[in-house]
Amino acid sequence: MSEQRRIGVYICHCGGNISDFVDVAAVRDAVGDEADVVVAETALFACSDGTQKDMEQAIRDQNLDGLVVASCSPKLHLFTFRGVARRAGLNPFEYSHVNVREQDSWAHGDDTAAATEKAISLVRAGIARTRLSEPLDVLTVETTPKALVIGAGIAGLRAAIGLADVGLGVYLIEREAELGGWVGTLGAMFPADRDGREMIASLVAEVRKRPSIIVLTRAELISKSGSFGNYVAEIRVRTDGEAGQVIRAEVGSIIVATGTDSYQPEAGEFGYGIDGVLTLPEFTRLVDSAEGPLTRNGRPVRTIAYIYCVGNRQPGGNEYCSKFCCTAAVHDSVKVSRLDPSVHQYHLHRDIRTYGKYELLYTESRERGSVYLKFADDAPPSVALGPDGRLTVTTTDTLTPGAELAIPADLVVLVTGMVARQNDALKSILKVPVGSDGFFNEIHPKLRPVETMVDGVLVAGACQGPKTSAEAVASGLTAVTQTAAILKKGVAELDPLVAAVDPAACTWCGVCAQTCPYEAIASVAADGKQIAVISATTCKGCGGCAPLCPADAIDLRGYTDAQITSMIDGMAREPVG
Amino acid sequence: MPEGDDGAWSPRILVFSTNNISDPGIDLAGSRHLHYPPGVRVISVPCSSGIRPSWIMHAFRAGFDGVFVASDGEECALLPDCAGRSAKITADAQEQMRPAGLEPGRLKMAALCSVCAEPFVNYMREFSASLTELGPVSMATAS
Repeated sequence: MSEQRRIGVYICHCGGNISDFVDVAAVRDAVGDEADVVVAETALFACSDGTQKDMEQAIRDQNLDGLVVASCSPKLHLFTFRGVARRAGLNPFEYSHVNVREQDSWAHGDDTAAATEKAISLVRAGIARTRLSEPLDVLTVETTPKALVIGAGIAGLRAAIGLADVGLGVYLIEREAELGGWVGTLGAMFPADRDGREMIASLVAEVRKRPSIIVLTRAELISKSGSFGNYVAEIRVRTDGEAGQVIRAEVGSIIVATGTDSYQPEAGEFGYGIDGVLTLPEFTRLVDSAEGPLTRNGRPVRTIAYIYCVGNRQPGGNEYCSKFCCTAAVHDSVKVSRLDPSVHQYHLHRDIRTYGKYELLYTESRERGSVYLKFADDAPPSVALGPDGRLTVTTTDTLTPGAELAIPADLVVLVTGMVARQNDALKSILKVPVGSDGFFNEIHPKLRPVETMVDGVLVAGACQGPKTSAEAVASGLTAVTQTAAILKKGVAELDPLVAAVDPAACTWCGVCAQTCPYEAIASVAADGKQIAVISATTCKGCGGCAPLCPADAIDLRGYTDAQITSMIDGMAREPVG
Repeated sequence: MPEGDDGAWSPRILVFSTNNISDPGIDLAGSRHLHYPPGVRVISVPCSSGIRPSWIMHAFRAGFDGVFVASDGEECALLPDCAGRSAKITADAQEQMRPAGLEPGRLKMAALCSVCAEPFVNYMREFSASLTELGPVSMATAS
């Protein structure tokens, strides 16, 4: 491409974040004489409304066909300046972003001459890239106005109702025979003592009222194909005595709400395995089933010791805090006290994390007589059977120095947290990134809290990480809003920076098709030969096929061979001259 | 040829990073004002499996003294076998470097996560030091 371009270049001061370390005027002077550059300016804040308007004016007045802004990281303002281009009638993909803050001024504040030299070479690379850019159209695909919700716990049920109420069709699939998940097994829950089973029953009744929700129990996702807006999901439904039935569902998006498991202690971990040592869910079931003062195996329970943070906040193990378990255990102790105020309850903890208004429950439990004893992180309590056959918990209270306490107890409750569900089959079908803790990863916990790296596959509830039921419902509703935003328009916009084949160079060896895990590449007949063709809507834009093509016939748009090599040349040039 | 503060030669390093994984880690190093040698230049691509060995060779021809591939490793959301693909790309580049008279130590690869600010800074300091020992790049064969 040798025709003359008309490129505008802006170098941002970022107040002083850049210009305190980079001589922005020297950068402007150095790149102002570059071929094809017709505007070169500095700006105090390139992202300010005023400067954005100035840029739009320059694009129109100077008839610019390319734009380069050297400023902060593209994570902050790539879309801002693409928007400037678009508003001024310039194709947004003629814009190149150059990062001279995070990757220059802030990293080289100890050497301003070298930082300026680096900025010049980075801007030259940006100009080189835009010189070879071409206008691209955002890809649009028609979308199917239906969603698949995987998991009918509280998050999935609430999401299904929400989706139906915004006019989307829903497949709600549940692996178990019953709907309701964890919450469906619970009695009175914190903070307002609402009964989990009743809450689930009312949600299930709401689901049944909505004919646009198809509920499948004993059903699992066995394959997913297609792409964002038009997925095809195959669902196997188990039936007694038969191989089961496979149902094919066409959906625009998928909400994963597969929930969580409770940590299961090892035998011997804090005495687990000894009669009378229970996990938090086991204890909660015992309390919820009690109709009077607590008994176990026919004997009254007079003393309970709780040990917190079992299986969580463990270096080398589950390092995270499950954050619901403190409040759940404190709430259980309040329920026990309501059944029989004379029960002695000792809470052995590292910290109590009854956050927000749950603090009131902590206060109530103390007013009801619960005793809280803090142990050191490196000195956890131990549990043993005493000579009298009673359980004894031994701990050192950090607030009474040197005081080792031996607490005889009828029950020891191991306050266990949440762990990620083992579900490798589902994970490999969905291809949603999973963190080192085993939970599904959203793109950003605050900015994009239910979206994943796989377009159109959303996550909600405790499959993302430990959540209270209220938090699980909130994320389920967030997923509804996000799904509505992408499916109610009827068309989806996709980034066009995907791989493309040069038909003249392609000899159809099939290497690219074999290497693409998304099955985006197929062979077609064209001009008397077979060539590869890449589906722009299925391609993820990784570019992994390009280096493998023996004929060098594949380029990734926005990162073409010509663009990258010219960027390298632009960066490598001597700073002056 | 670039010169440092004291007028001595300092190496130029081209880093290939990735938009969603290693680039945020490199950004974080800057956000925390961690200093590393200013001879480092970064080109970011969607996935380290898309880097061409020819780009690495082109960088040496253009005058870069070292190339560092900050790969996605096991965290790649795009390709499950990204680590193996990226390793093959650098191995192929090494094959092309040998006949060109380029020392293997001029090309390094390491997985860099989105919060790996300190590891990146350490890699750059160590790489710059080892390239300083190797001296400026020179190609045995004309390009």
